Amino acid sequence: MGNNGNAPDLSSRLLRLVIVGHVDHGKSTLVGRLLSDTGTLPEGKLDFIRDICKQQGKDFEYAFLLDALEEEQEQGITIDTSQIFFSTAKRKYVIIDAPGHKEFLKNMVTGAADAEAALLLIDANEGVQEQSRRHGYILKLLGLTQVAVVINKMDLVGYDEKVYSNIKKEYTAFMESLGIEAREFIPVSAKLGVNIAALKDEMPWYKGPSVLDMVDQFEKKPPPDHLPFRFPVQDVYKFDERRIIAGRVESGKLKAGDRVTFSPSNKQAVVKTIEAWSVPEQPSAATSSESIGFTLDEQIFVERGDVCTLTDQLPIVSTTFDANVFWMGKRNLEKGRKFVIKLNTQEVECEVVDFKKAIDASTLETLTNQDYIAKNDVAELTLSTRNPVAFDLFGSIATTGRFVLVDEFDVCGGGIITTYTPATKEDKLRDEVRTRDFNWIKSEIKPEERAYRNGHRATLILITGDPGTGKGPLARTLEHSLFQNNFQSYLLDRRNVNLGLGADLDDPKSNSESESARRLGEVAKLFLDAGHVVISTSNAFHQEDQADLKLLANPYPVVEIQVASQPTGEPDIALTLEEAQNAKDASHKIQEFLKEKKILMGHNYSI
Amino acid sequence: MDHLDELENQSIFILREAYKNFKNLAMLWSIGKDSTILVWLARKAFFGHCPIPLVHIDTTYKIPAMIEYRDRVAKEWGLNLVVGKNQKALDEGMNHEKGRLVCCEALKTQGLQCIMEEHGYTGLILGIRRDEEGTRAKERYFSPRDKNFEWNFKDQPPELWDQYKTSFADDTHIRIHPILHWTELNVWEYIQREKIPIIDLYFASPEGTRYRSLGCAPCTGTIDSTAKNVDEIVEELKNCTTSERSGRAQDQENTYAMQKLRARGYM
Repeated sequence: MGNNGNAPDLSSRLLRLVIVGHVDHGKSTLVGRLLSDTGTLPEGKLDFIRDICKQQGKDFEYAFLLDALEEEQEQGITIDTSQIFFSTAKRKYVIIDAPGHKEFLKNMVTGAADAEAALLLIDANEGVQEQSRRHGYILKLLGLTQVAVVINKMDLVGYDEKVYSNIKKEYTAFMESLGIEAREFIPVSAKLGVNIAALKDEMPWYKGPSVLDMVDQFEKKPPPDHLPFRFPVQDVYKFDERRIIAGRVESGKLKAGDRVTFSPSNKQAVVKTIEAWSVPEQPSAATSSESIGFTLDEQIFVERGDVCTLTDQLPIVSTTFDANVFWMGKRNLEKGRKFVIKLNTQEVECEVVDFKKAIDASTLETLTNQDYIAKNDVAELTLSTRNPVAFDLFGSIATTGRFVLVDEFDVCGGGIITTYTPATKEDKLRDEVRTRDFNWIKSEIKPEERAYRNGHRATLILITGDPGTGKGPLARTLEHSLFQNNFQSYLLDRRNVNLGLGADLDDPKSNSESESARRLGEVAKLFLDAGHVVISTSNAFHQEDQADLKLLANPYPVVEIQVASQPTGEPDIALTLEEAQNAKDASHKIQEFLKEKKILMGHNYSI
Repeated sequence: MDHLDELENQSIFILREAYKNFKNLAMLWSIGKDSTILVWLARKAFFGHCPIPLVHIDTTYKIPAMIEYRDRVAKEWGLNLVVGKNQKALDEGMNHEKGRLVCCEALKTQGLQCIMEEHGYTGLILGIRRDEEGTRAKERYFSPRDKNFEWNFKDQPPELWDQYKTSFADDTHIRIHPILHWTELNVWEYIQREKIPIIDLYFASPEGTRYRSLGCAPCTGTIDSTAKNVDEIVEELKNCTTSERSGRAQDQENTYAMQKLRARGYM
């Protein structure tokens, strides 16, 4: 919630800097040194560390400033990422010290994911190691490309320029293969404080910046205000008379009066107000990274997971897409097993349908013919979700183009969406429906006005079940009974649609079956647009058709009445075969349900 | 957007994630400045409302002014206040003379445990910050605790792109830390900007001392200070080189005191 720019800027902007690299290459020591040399430490802290080191019979360890856990100090390694504040004359920083041990990659990712710049350490004595490469790769995947390489422990190689040049050459080649370029290679000794806060005399051949100068040169990323507006809905609040859609602006801008669309539902409305509590003045606009809330001009159904955008800048909606994924789980990421994908506020079951390329992240070698990846590896793959999700390509809008994968209770992987091509029939149909909806020429008569006149809202009632379960008689009874109660009901019989509209489809058993379902759905849509209660039937084995019908009827509600001895899926009403036999009572039950759902409202109600 | 807006927006996002993902959620309110700004942030997040119950663990050794302030603010802001204490330990005469860490664990950690069991809370919001001390610097925004309240700091869940741990096994709960990324100075700058009414124990007495961190009377010391109001505290902190919890006796009991307390469920 911004203060509309009225608040004074109380200090310079903070930069988030992560320190990565192989285990024992001196990351924590470097950070400890930076803190100490810039006078950031509280009084007594150095003495405190000196005492611990003495107790343990060790030389003074700068690393202990961050490695606060007993186990870390005893073993001399960083287990978990630590965040420490420090400042230079230029600005403030959060330094994120990430562990370099392979076991703790998930902690490294945690540390690096939100950073804006990175220092990657390489031990001059050991050279480029497994995690030096893996961390480089992960940085690239996280979209963190503002990187400087620090070649540490130069004191152990006699400050030899040749050692420095060889490492620089080797690692530059590696980074080139990832498509990133290091800002600088800085030779240092963190332990002895050489080239950390300032350049020292030990390596006169090096003319570049010290570590401190380098970090001051990193740039802050501008906020993504210039990108299309993206607002994943976090929640909908009704604490008082206002119905507030809450969430965070991930990119772009929004102002009161904007026409917005919610994906994947395609519902549209106009933003009425932008809400805020205890602010100098009520906001009328919002920009990226603001946690806001707004109200709409009409009461459409919106829920967590919907992605709100401007109507002329829609996201992609699909159930399949290609992604680059890194894996941190104890169990493998394998084809066919179910995971949960969390993409902004959307949460849905998913699985890998194709491994295009599995890669060992420490060598960049392709692991051929492998239908899984193990912990610490990465892959290019195709994901398929149970329900459609709304997203962008990572390359266009980063914050809505990335996701995590959850296995059981834990986040086990992260990924970025690289490409999308409508592959399945459903994807193509959905794209078609979206195009249709956005180009639909709307009547002067609003759906609410038709609903007022008719005493009911336009709805598709789909009666499903096996052949011979009495769906047909029930549908006819329901149509008639609704009509007698003064409602505009119409039984849309598939056979009638096929007789005329589908006359050119020769064999209903072949591929044209889905085309016949599409035509039925489009006709239903027209009747719905005219405000009717449309009744239709579908056989249980036509699951796919039913999904298509629901897609085509959108945004009108679909009520499923299932006739079966054992209900499957999630019908709105499940009727046993006996119940369906008594069509009159069943019809009554359905109408009671429609009243309860405020679909049948009766005449003379007020809106 | 300035740096306080950035901090505020992130905290609001976290509070809303917590509210959406946990059916039985509570917020710990120690009456101190950090948890009081949490309450304020909740009112921002939920547009003037605080739909989350506030739990205050009363050790009975709190400074009396804190209880008076608690009840007054709770009434003014319309808060749902739940007070918990470890009555059994108190009846048995628990106090800091039995050992500061023993006392903290009995009256605070176990006091909290009792009330969480009683109400079945699965999510607990706390106002801890990374800059307070070393083990807190390693915390997650959403941090799991097992059925014994223990924190497995050696195997924490990854946390990236604001995707938090929101699913967990039965018998465990999640600690949620919406202001983990704030500093002590940020907290005071925010109090200054938002004009949040804060308990006056933080302001210097005529004798020239003030509390920098609030706890139980026997274990919380004052610092020398002349800062009589929020503006003066902000100025004081900008030039300060001692640590915030230096007045908290339990931290200094031994080298890894805070790690040990926190691993067993301390805040």
